[in-house]
Amino acid sequence: MRIPCPNCGERDRREFYYQGDAVALNRPAPDAGPQAWDDYIHNRDNPAGETRDIWFHEAGCGAWLVVERNTVTHAVHGATLAGLVKR
Amino acid sequence: MASLIALTPCAGLLPMTEGEIALTEVTHDRLMSVAPFAGQDKAVSDRLKAQVGSTLPAPNRKAGPVQWFGHGTWLVSDTVELEGLAAVTDQTDAWATVQIAGQGVEDVLARLVPVDLRATVFKKGHTARTMLAHMSVAVTRVGPAAFEIMVMRSMAATLVHDLQVAMRGVAAR
Repeated sequence: MRIPCPNCGERDRREFYYQGDAVALNRPAPDAGPQAWDDYIHNRDNPAGETRDIWFHEAGCGAWLVVERNTVTHAVHGATLAGLVKR
Repeated sequence: MASLIALTPCAGLLPMTEGEIALTEVTHDRLMSVAPFAGQDKAVSDRLKAQVGSTLPAPNRKAGPVQWFGHGTWLVSDTVELEGLAAVTDQTDAWATVQIAGQGVEDVLARLVPVDLRATVFKKGHTARTMLAHMSVAVTRVGPAAFEIMVMRSMAATLVHDLQVAMRGVAAR
């Protein structure tokens, strides 16, 4: 599996650290209520198919990326710098 | 005050030659990491041009003493004055730098580095943050058959060892 880092180009998966679902970028408002915060912190889907995850290019440029990939086919569709993703 | 003796990261380890390939240490009088604050890339670039003669190069490139060193970070082997424009950290003693040079040097590095370093795609002035064996490194091409490799100082001996094993392997073929 290779991830196309926007800075470095296509790199082996072993250069990256997996952080988790990109839902972590969508932080609820402080007063959004316990259900929204429960979903944000704890509740995750476990889809067979398309996912959108945060990865860290640990052994490369050190950028946080949002990677879109498919857990069934192992296809990697693309990666975006997390700092440039619309919140 | 005790009389202290300054040692370079690879003191006692280098230089070394195996077959056609020579491994030597490169020392820097000054090594500063420069991370421009948000929106200050242009201002930092202009200041560096005046101070050290080079602007901020694009990712994966080195220009003069200014080397891209990761996302939003550059390494300058000179003194810089960027108060209010960038986070600047003195890294002079933090990195071990070696130069590996000689005919077939790409074959040695191909055993250790997952990035394609052949001259057709990785030209002089190209640099990459990647792995060498299991270490995080910066690899830069400095000549037709010469590369500079930077690793955190604490890993200097491991870097030299891994390169030596690869150099012997290539020399034995």
